[in-house]
Amino acid sequence: MSAITRDAEELARIRFQERTTAARARRAVKDFVLHRPLGAFGAALIVVMILAAVFADQIAPYDATTGEFLDLLKPPGSMPASGDGPGFIMGTDPFGRDVFSRIIYGSRTALAVGFIASIVGSTLGLLLGVVGAYAGGKVDQTIQRLMDVLISFPLIVLAIAVVAALGGGEDKVGNVIAAITVPIIPRVARVVRSSALAVVEMPYIEAARSVGVGAWRIMLRHMVPNVFAPYLIMLTAFLGQAILLEASLSFLGLGVVEPAASWGLMLRGAGMQFLERAPWLAIAPGLAISAAVFGFNLFGDSLRDALDPRLRTA
Amino acid sequence: MQRYIVGRLLLMIPTLFGVAVLTFVVMRLVPGDIVALRYAGTGASVPQEIIDQERRALGLDKGIPEQFADWMAGIARLDMGTSLWTGRPVVEEVSLRLELSVELAIIATLLAIALAVPLGVIAAVKQDTWIDYVIRVFSIGGLAMPSFWIGILMILVLLTTFGWAPPLTFTSLLEDPFANLSQLIWPALAVGYRYSAVAMRMTRSSVLEVMREDYIRTARAKGARERLVVVRHALRNSLLPVVTVISLEFAFLIGGLVVTEQVFNLNGIGKLLVDAVAHRDYTLVQAIVLLLAFVFVLVNFLVDMLYVFLDPRIRYS
Repeated sequence: MSAITRDAEELARIRFQERTTAARARRAVKDFVLHRPLGAFGAALIVVMILAAVFADQIAPYDATTGEFLDLLKPPGSMPASGDGPGFIMGTDPFGRDVFSRIIYGSRTALAVGFIASIVGSTLGLLLGVVGAYAGGKVDQTIQRLMDVLISFPLIVLAIAVVAALGGGEDKVGNVIAAITVPIIPRVARVVRSSALAVVEMPYIEAARSVGVGAWRIMLRHMVPNVFAPYLIMLTAFLGQAILLEASLSFLGLGVVEPAASWGLMLRGAGMQFLERAPWLAIAPGLAISAAVFGFNLFGDSLRDALDPRLRTA
Repeated sequence: MQRYIVGRLLLMIPTLFGVAVLTFVVMRLVPGDIVALRYAGTGASVPQEIIDQERRALGLDKGIPEQFADWMAGIARLDMGTSLWTGRPVVEEVSLRLELSVELAIIATLLAIALAVPLGVIAAVKQDTWIDYVIRVFSIGGLAMPSFWIGILMILVLLTTFGWAPPLTFTSLLEDPFANLSQLIWPALAVGYRYSAVAMRMTRSSVLEVMREDYIRTARAKGARERLVVVRHALRNSLLPVVTVISLEFAFLIGGLVVTEQVFNLNGIGKLLVDAVAHRDYTLVQAIVLLLAFVFVLVNFLVDMLYVFLDPRIRYS
C-alpha cells in the first residue's frame, strides 16, 4: 500500500468519524428537546442568560455603574432627565442607575461565579472521590474524614468563613468564588466516591492493573469516564446553588461589593430600604435570580433523568 | 446494634475535633483581632500599651497552641468561655438566639411536611398528568426563588396592604404565644416553601420508585382499595429518603437562615454568627460553629437510628 492511499484512507476514516459524532450529537440534542421539553426550556433560559452576559455592552442601554443624580429612584418606564436612550424599563436605583442595565451586567457576575465555582468544586470533588475509592485504606479514610468535617459546616457558614478569611471587598470576586467552591467539594466527592467504589470492582480495572497500567492512568482514563454521569449531574445541580449562594453572600455584604453589579447586592441596601417607595428595586433582581436558578434546575433535572434515571439528588 | 451505636458516637469525636481545629485556625487567619477592631471603630489613636493590655486581659497574647489547649480544656469542663465582645458567658448569648432559631426551624419543618408529603404523593400517583406538571413546576420554583427574596416580597405585600413591618424585638413563645407566632409565621413560610420543594421532589421520586414494586401489584391484586395501596403500602415504604432530606434540611435550618433572619430582623443563631465573625469574637464563633456541626452530626446519627424503626429490614451490626 502506498503512502498516498494510506493517507487518503486515514482522511476518509476521520471524515466518517466526524460526521457520525456530529450527527450523533445533533440527534442527542434533538432527542433531548423532543422528550424533555422542560429541560429544553431550562437550556433556553441558560442560553438567553449567557447571551446577555456576553453582549452586555451592546444590550444594556445605560452605564451600569454610574448614574445621574437627577434620575434617582425613577419608576419603571420613565425617561432620563437628559432624554437619552430608550428610558428606564425597570426604573432606577437611589444612585440614579438604570436597574435593567444592572440586571444585564449582573448576569456576568452570576454566571462567572456559578460556572467557575461549580466546575472547580465539582472537579476537585471528582478527583478526591475517585482517588479515595481507588486507593482505599488509609487514604480513603483520611479523605472521608476531611470531607465529613467540611460537610458538617453549614454551607453558608463555610462560605462566610472563607470570605472572612480571604477578605471580601472590591476586586475580590475570586474570594467569593473560592468561598462557594469549598462547600461544593465534599458533597460531590461523596456522591462520586460511592459510584467509583462500584467501578473499582469492575473486571476492566483489574485487567488494566494486571497489564501494568499506572494508578493515575487507571483513575483518569478508566474510572473518571465511568463516574462522569454523577459528576455532570452534581455539576449542573450546583450551578443553580452557586448562583443562589453568590446572591445570598452579596446580600449579606460578604460577596460582590458596589459599584459592581450583582443581583444579590441589588437586593441588599436599596432593595430593602426603599421597599415601599421603590418596590421595583426588590422585584427585578429577585426575578433574575429565580429565572437563572430555575433554568439551571430544569436543565439539570432533565439531564439527570436522561443520564441516570435511578440517581436521586434532592 | 449497641456496638454500632457506640462506634457511631465515637466517630463523631474526630469529625467534631476536625471542625474545632478548622474553625480555630480559620478565625486566626482572618486579619485583625477584636481589640484592633474595637478601636478601629472609634477612629482615635490608642497607645500600644492599652492595646497590649486588653489583649492580655482577653488571653490573646498567649501562643496559638496554648489558646487552643485552653479552649479544649474548657469544653472538657463543659465551659464554653465568655464572649470576647460582650463579656457575657457564651452559653447565655447562644441560648437566647437558639430558642428563636429552633422554633423557626420547627415551624418551617411542620409547614414543609404538611405541604410536601401530600403533594409529593399526588404528583407521583398522577405522574405525567397536568397535576404532576403543576406540582413539579411549583416545587422547582421553590428551589429557584431565594427564601430571602420571598421574604422581601412578603414584607412588601404585608407592608402595603396591612402596614405590617417585622417587629424589631423578639417575643418569646412563653411570653405571648400570639405575638410570637405572628412574628415567626412569615419567615417560616418563606423558608418552608423552599424546604417543602426539596422534600416534595424526594417524596415524588421515592413513591414512584416504590409503586413499581411487586408488593404494590400484590396489594392491588388482592383487591385493596387504591387509596389504601398508596397510603399504607407505597407511602410507608417510600418514607426513608423523605425522612432523610427533611432531617438534614432541619439541621441546616438552625444555622443556615442567616439571610432570612436579616430580612425579618430576627436575632437568630445565623445572625449571631455573622456578627461574631465580624467582631472576631473567637470564643463565640468557635462555640456556634461547633454547636451547629454537633447538631448536624447528631441529626445524621438520629436519622440512621430512625431507619431501624421505620424499616424493620434494616439492621446495623
